[in-house]
Amino acid sequence: MTRAETCVVACAEAWRGDGAILASSAGLIPQLGARLAQSTFAPELLVTDGEATLLRDGRAEGWLPYRTVFAIVAAGTRHVMMGASQLDRFGNQNISCVGPWEKPRSQLLCVRGAPGNTVNHPVSYWIPRHSPRVFVENVDMVSGVGHDRNAHEIRLVVTDLAVLDFATPDRSMRLRSTHSGVTVGDVVAATGFTLTIPERVSQTREPTGAELTLIRDHLDPSNAREREIR
Amino acid sequence: MNKVGSVEDAVSEIRDGMTIGIGGWGSRRKPMAVVRAILRSGRKDLTLVSYGGPDVGLLVAAGIARRVVTGFVSLDSIPLEPHFRRARSEGTIALTEYDEGMLYWGLLAAANRLPFLPIRAGLGSDVMRVNPALRTVRSPYPDDTELVAMPAIALDVAFIHLNRADPGGNGRYLGPDPYFDDLFCLAAKRRFLSCEQIETTDDLMSGGPPQTLLVNRSMVDGVLHTPNGAHFTSCVPDYERDEAFQREYAGTDWDTFRARYLDGGEADYQLAVKR
Repeated sequence: MTRAETCVVACAEAWRGDGAILASSAGLIPQLGARLAQSTFAPELLVTDGEATLLRDGRAEGWLPYRTVFAIVAAGTRHVMMGASQLDRFGNQNISCVGPWEKPRSQLLCVRGAPGNTVNHPVSYWIPRHSPRVFVENVDMVSGVGHDRNAHEIRLVVTDLAVLDFATPDRSMRLRSTHSGVTVGDVVAATGFTLTIPERVSQTREPTGAELTLIRDHLDPSNAREREIR
Repeated sequence: MNKVGSVEDAVSEIRDGMTIGIGGWGSRRKPMAVVRAILRSGRKDLTLVSYGGPDVGLLVAAGIARRVVTGFVSLDSIPLEPHFRRARSEGTIALTEYDEGMLYWGLLAAANRLPFLPIRAGLGSDVMRVNPALRTVRSPYPDDTELVAMPAIALDVAFIHLNRADPGGNGRYLGPDPYFDDLFCLAAKRRFLSCEQIETTDDLMSGGPPQTLLVNRSMVDGVLHTPNGAHFTSCVPDYERDEAFQREYAGTDWDTFRARYLDGGEADYQLAVKR
């Protein structure tokens, strides 16, 4: 199996136990993860086509225009996996701009739905390239709020190297597992702040044979997933 | 009852400094023929309220807009809008940056003639830092919850684009999402609906289920016939986004793009994009 396939399964695990809530995602690998979770251990999950249609096993099962998405956000019946241009140790996230907000070095997306997502329902992050440029001491613009700013729940951070969570007394970021072939030292070197490292760091679970078949033959036969991690 | 008029007449109601709402979402069902006419009008200092896409990019690039009120500016298939990006890093555009849901709530407050609506979105984020005028409000009930008091976003003029309309200002969308076009109309003093086709009321009524009749004639002051008028954004099922043209827009230097497509009228534009 490939690193991308390990990441798809790690993303899928974020939604385990969530029940009949909307699984939203930004990026192909978390989208494959949500669909994999729906096809296997989380059949109640709601997944969209990225526009206004709810999908089950690739077939339409309902309607979800943006105004209803906002209602679901406010109701809290959603768990989104967003991207992040910057992320700090409490899970504060920036997708808005890099540099001073008044005159940014690089204008990005603006805050989008990140403020509302993070105060209303569980949020996880997908980082296709784990680096100190993303994992920073302080983000330039708090788009998504972290645990020190009363986030509802920042659950998981899945990267191309590792899975991180916030299972610490002050709810700051902790290394949960490293992917096959990645050392704890690799993750520490790629993180721009001090991570909590437990005494035993496990290895991220590998996809099962059935999961690999689903990913390769059913969910992503064109192998687009491999292009997202490079 | 006939409210059919020209795009030029509608745009002539815009005064310098006005706040203009533009419907659609990102690079989806934007009233682009109207945006092109605003661009030609040479108005200035406009405040744009929009779920931003190339509408914002074009008006920012042309120096028409002074401020953008939004939650994002994106071309969807091209995540970052190049003209908005450049204007921000050069400091030539003012920005009022809200969470997407806050923008919805601000339009809903204006539509309901309320000074604000309470919302959780924004709490704890830098949206509060970059909008120092934003206030919070406490629930008067025992829960005592603190919430953002999202102020009404009142519009001087709103422009939306739908698939079908009748001459009186009833309108229908045929795609999968209404976006927030009804709210843009309800939040505005003057409201203009451009459309792909103008039909008799009977044909409009038989053209789909009642739930897709997004606006009625009390919400619209003028109806504008603009075939292919959302180009190059999507207007499904009439047409998809013109991805090749959008790539050209995003990748071409502004003066070249403007000379190639925007210096003439709408008919010239439609002829040029067909080649």
